[in-house]
Amino acid sequence: MSQQVIASTANKARSLSLEEIAEIEHEMTLYPDKRAVGLEALKIVQKHQGWVSDASLLGIAKYLDIPAADLEGVATFFNLVYRQQVGKNVILFCDSVSCWIMGCEGIKGYIKEQLAIDYGETTKDGDFTLIPVPCLGDCDRAPVMMVGPDLHRNLTPEKIDSIIKDYKNKQD
Amino acid sequence: MSRPPLDITAYEANDGYQSVHAIAKGLSPEDVLELVKGSGLKGRGGAGFPTGLKWSFVPRGDNSPKQKYLVVNADEMEPGTFKDRLLMEGDPHLMLEGMIIAAYTIQASKAYIFLRGEYTVSEQALRKAIKEAYERGYLGKNILGTGFDFDIIMHTSAGRYICGEETALLNALEGKRANPRAKPPFPQVSGLWGKPTIVNNVETLCNLPGILTYGVDWYHGLTKGNDHGTKLFGVSGKVKTPGCWELPLGLPIRELLEGYAGGMQDGLELRGFLPGGGSTDFMLPEHLDIVLDYDEIAKVGSRLATGTMIVLDDKTCPVGMVGNLMKFFAHESCGFCTPCRDGLPWVDQIFRDFENGEGSEKDLQILHDHVTYLGPGRTFCALAPGATAPLGSGLKYFKEDFEKHITQKRCSYKH
Repeated sequence: MSQQVIASTANKARSLSLEEIAEIEHEMTLYPDKRAVGLEALKIVQKHQGWVSDASLLGIAKYLDIPAADLEGVATFFNLVYRQQVGKNVILFCDSVSCWIMGCEGIKGYIKEQLAIDYGETTKDGDFTLIPVPCLGDCDRAPVMMVGPDLHRNLTPEKIDSIIKDYKNKQD
Repeated sequence: MSRPPLDITAYEANDGYQSVHAIAKGLSPEDVLELVKGSGLKGRGGAGFPTGLKWSFVPRGDNSPKQKYLVVNADEMEPGTFKDRLLMEGDPHLMLEGMIIAAYTIQASKAYIFLRGEYTVSEQALRKAIKEAYERGYLGKNILGTGFDFDIIMHTSAGRYICGEETALLNALEGKRANPRAKPPFPQVSGLWGKPTIVNNVETLCNLPGILTYGVDWYHGLTKGNDHGTKLFGVSGKVKTPGCWELPLGLPIRELLEGYAGGMQDGLELRGFLPGGGSTDFMLPEHLDIVLDYDEIAKVGSRLATGTMIVLDDKTCPVGMVGNLMKFFAHESCGFCTPCRDGLPWVDQIFRDFENGEGSEKDLQILHDHVTYLGPGRTFCALAPGATAPLGSGLKYFKEDFEKHITQKRCSYKH
């Protein structure tokens, strides 16, 4: 949590990788100006690096020739752009109204207990980060959460156990 | 979804893309506009604004800007709303066909699908469908020999509820922070990069193919009431069979809640419900015979909005439910205007105090004040007024629950 959130220009910009540049160049063909590509570029870099470091943010700003402060304003606005290092699997936990009615507080408590992390924290082994997310739009199967790109529905403590196990096995 | 989405061949075999063929046979943009106006279709994103009227504000003719845009608002994030996901995962070509109709009418050569980042399955289904539609010549240059060019670009977003507000969405698409813009100018005249832009909801677009293929009379014949066409209705909360169904407008709410959703789970009573997502006013069991219709629901002080109902039962604390919504709205405020940025966290804090048995009569008065000061016309956009809907109606209908939290210094629903 000691990570500095605002990009410091004292840090050096990272040179973007060839893959990152190729994907950013493709996005540039879809939008009429470079600024619009800023958010896309942040997502592309995050896909390759896992998160957006100061050095990455400065690298994108330099590459697209947009002010670093503007890009930082965008990066910190959107909750799916991670400006701090996250675990291998990000858990997006829905705690909006339908999930709340269906008992998501209990499920959240169980995850907290099993993984020993609260919102905004990463497990010691770096496997999981837990983040709350607005209504995931699957309310008839509440409570729900996402792990990485996958949606998990009708959550129970037993399901949480097997989900955690599956993702741990996946990466071993 | 219990089945994979239809591919383009199966979709075509079920009258898919017939409207595009009809356009190719000589329907002009003006013809389509008249059909859509005549259908009476109202926007399905929440506000219920007539779609044809919205389109008619786009400047036409040689003196209008050459570049116009269509933007699909696929940023479904209203609490308790799960209908656009179903359409995109289950029938992506239906939305694409609707997009072609809309774009042709306003003569937009480019469209962006502004898709919620978390909707990964929708993204895959849409990308596949777009590819198929290009291969069949429904997208790209000179579509079916009409001389009309149309490209669709997929934009996956990176979160924040405020992006559902159409001008905030446009700022996000331009790569800026998603703060709403001042209106006027309205997007229809000056939207994306200052060009005329129509922002339509997924479900609105999905109504269009049927109107063109089967006609306005068919569309009107689907319903008994004043509003036309079908709508997706959802029910979540402690009912027996929560789900989402396409039903004609004008059906009594009772049929939805007690029929399709199977009524309350055993041992539970219906206490109230939000008829169309988190920013609508509570309705009560006495309202069950009101029909699902924009005007009829407005008469009892609520809104049909997204048509996805959130059901409150008698074993769930109404104060806790409203408090959950207030936490959501406080968190999702974009922070641009003061009443919303400072007011909603204040409201949220008071609900936390109530939860902990520390609420007072004075707090209750402060909540009532916020219903007024965060209401329509006092803030820059509709986010905070949306929050006052469950807040104001919750304070009114569940007064004794708020009082109990104060006198008992605890939440009596917790054991």
